[in-house]
Amino acid sequence: MQAFTQHTGIVAPMDRANVDTDAIIPKQFLKSIKRTGFGPNAFDDWRYLDKGGPDIDNATRRPNPDFVLNQPPFDKATILVARENFGCGSSREHAVWALEDFGFRAVLAPSFADIFFNNSFKNGLLPIVLDAEIIYAIFKAVTQKPGFEITIDLQSQTITMEGHTPVKFEVDAFRKHCLLHGLDDIALTLQHADEISAYEKKRSQQAPWLFS
Amino acid sequence: MSAKTLYDKLWDAHVVRSEDDGTALLYIDRHLVHEVTSPQAFEGLRIAGRKPWRADSVMAVPDHNVPTTDRSAGIEDPVARLQVQTLDNNCQEFGLNEFVMSDIRQGIVHVIGPEQGATLPGMTVVCGDSHTSTHGAFGALAFGIGTSEVEHVLATQCLLQNKSKNMLVSVDGKAADGVTAKDIVLAVIGKIGTAGGTGYAIEFGGEAIHALSMEGRMTVCNMAIEAGARAGMVAADATTIDYVKGRPYAPKAELWDQAVAEWQDLHSDSGAKFDKEIHLDAAAIRPQVTWGTSPEMVVAIDDVVPDPDQESDSVKAEGMRKALAYMDLKAGTPIKDIAVDKVFIGSCTNSRIEDLRAAAKVAAGKQVAANVKLEMVVPGSGLVKQQAEKEGLDKVFLAAGFEWREPGCSMCLAMNADRLEPGERCASTSNRNFEGRQGAGGRTHLVSPALAAAAAIAGHFADID
Ligand code: SF4
Repeated sequence: MQAFTQHTGIVAPMDRANVDTDAIIPKQFLKSIKRTGFGPNAFDDWRYLDKGGPDIDNATRRPNPDFVLNQPPFDKATILVARENFGCGSSREHAVWALEDFGFRAVLAPSFADIFFNNSFKNGLLPIVLDAEIIYAIFKAVTQKPGFEITIDLQSQTITMEGHTPVKFEVDAFRKHCLLHGLDDIALTLQHADEISAYEKKRSQQAPWLFS
Repeated sequence: MSAKTLYDKLWDAHVVRSEDDGTALLYIDRHLVHEVTSPQAFEGLRIAGRKPWRADSVMAVPDHNVPTTDRSAGIEDPVARLQVQTLDNNCQEFGLNEFVMSDIRQGIVHVIGPEQGATLPGMTVVCGDSHTSTHGAFGALAFGIGTSEVEHVLATQCLLQNKSKNMLVSVDGKAADGVTAKDIVLAVIGKIGTAGGTGYAIEFGGEAIHALSMEGRMTVCNMAIEAGARAGMVAADATTIDYVKGRPYAPKAELWDQAVAEWQDLHSDSGAKFDKEIHLDAAAIRPQVTWGTSPEMVVAIDDVVPDPDQESDSVKAEGMRKALAYMDLKAGTPIKDIAVDKVFIGSCTNSRIEDLRAAAKVAAGKQVAANVKLEMVVPGSGLVKQQAEKEGLDKVFLAAGFEWREPGCSMCLAMNADRLEPGERCASTSNRNFEGRQGAGGRTHLVSPALAAAAAIAGHFADID
């Protein structure tokens, strides 16, 4: 998993509540054999005017000019700001994969759906819960100055943006530790690699046929 | 030392470390891999720059998506083709042992592991597939895992697990002639229900289980998952050891002797405590046929479709009504009066050589009924197919009007071209009769291979005499 320490990037405003995972990545794309490559179809129904599918080339489709992520500089955004209950609906981890593949490193919202929130941490995408007033202030700043950047520092748990005093945010200590060091379940297990090797050594003496 | 169950022994032998809350890091000896649940796991490894911890523990095979008709032209469906190619490429890139589609050893993952001797007594065996419980027939701890866990095992050879409770299902006494392992396990599920084993590891014991061949024991353990248990197992004995001996991946020479000595302990100690014990009288079990949309909805061949109005539990009664509507059946109909449109003999439950022999015995010298549109026999592996052909079983089936196919999962889950059309009724030797399992709108009745063949010949369910 990609570690998250400090990140500075353009903020894209998604002025909606209840953005669900089906909207983030529609079901026809789940047939994929990959965990990557969902970015071009992130928010597919909103992003294009015509229908898409795994066997349809996006280059032949008509992008929706009114959709925020089709508009520069937001097509280069790495931070998404949205309203309440972001990531609700199905449990598909593909939604997180799609956001990351698009280029997002963090999502800011007043609240998140539980499963999406958990899935994000497993994949190195940082979901940050902020007070509604702060979210409001970010929306305002971004609208007034498209291309507005903010800096997120996970170690100190602060968000810095031009013209504002730094804002603190909360994050669970264990998750913070994993994210800072880019640790996933596998990485955590690999911290016990010596014990696994020691087990193998002992076991291969007792039951050598399992290792031949 | 206190008395331990087989499950306790297998568990204890594989714990690498334990957390205070009881979560254990469990070492995995054998990792079976197929094309559907592995691509994202391999992709994950690649992205993280990881390598398989122990490449030699992996055995991979494409089975779910492969065609069962002529394969010389490859796979027609581009999505399926890509998935199978992806498995081939991943195995090459990571140096993993794979039986590709054209290999004679290719087949359903749960058939080829035991067939190759890659499944051994005392092992932990996992696969990204719920029917991994099959391998527990060898006195092994075997269970299905998800894609993230597939990646976890590839990268670390371990899994984070919490221990299940112990359940003993004892099938006492002798089963009557013509009553097979499939009938026994369906009867067990009928008794304890599809959630009866939830939270447990089931050990199958009793005289009737120990009298079964390894293939029969695999059929029983295969469907432990349909009883809600992630793992099912049978103690290792002389039958187990005879089956394993001489197989390509089984230990040889002194290692063999050493292994056999170790395997003597793969049974529950006398006096071991089970959290739950279930007893069935084998003599009371008749050949079974499911009538509904859950494996627990099962009756004997000479019974009738049950009546929801006679069910005192209102929730259950409602479930029965829904199932009857989906299956287009009326309460009180004799099972033998139900006509079938298709017959499927195959799947990881019943596609081994003994299954094919049992079906061929019923079909020999007979003709399939005119009302049955398709009768498929899909061997579990290329080697099963080869053996059957050596015995002339293919000729028996073909002469009777059955189709003789290439090995794979086929109509068990209908991911390839083999499927039911809406409304079609199938006598199937597979393991799941859920709505749409064998094709949208399809109606599945689970039976043994002998009963499936009998249905093909009669055109409706029939007993074997
Ligand atoms: S035969 Fe059916 S149950 Fe067995 S592995 Fe294949 S799809 Fe799964």
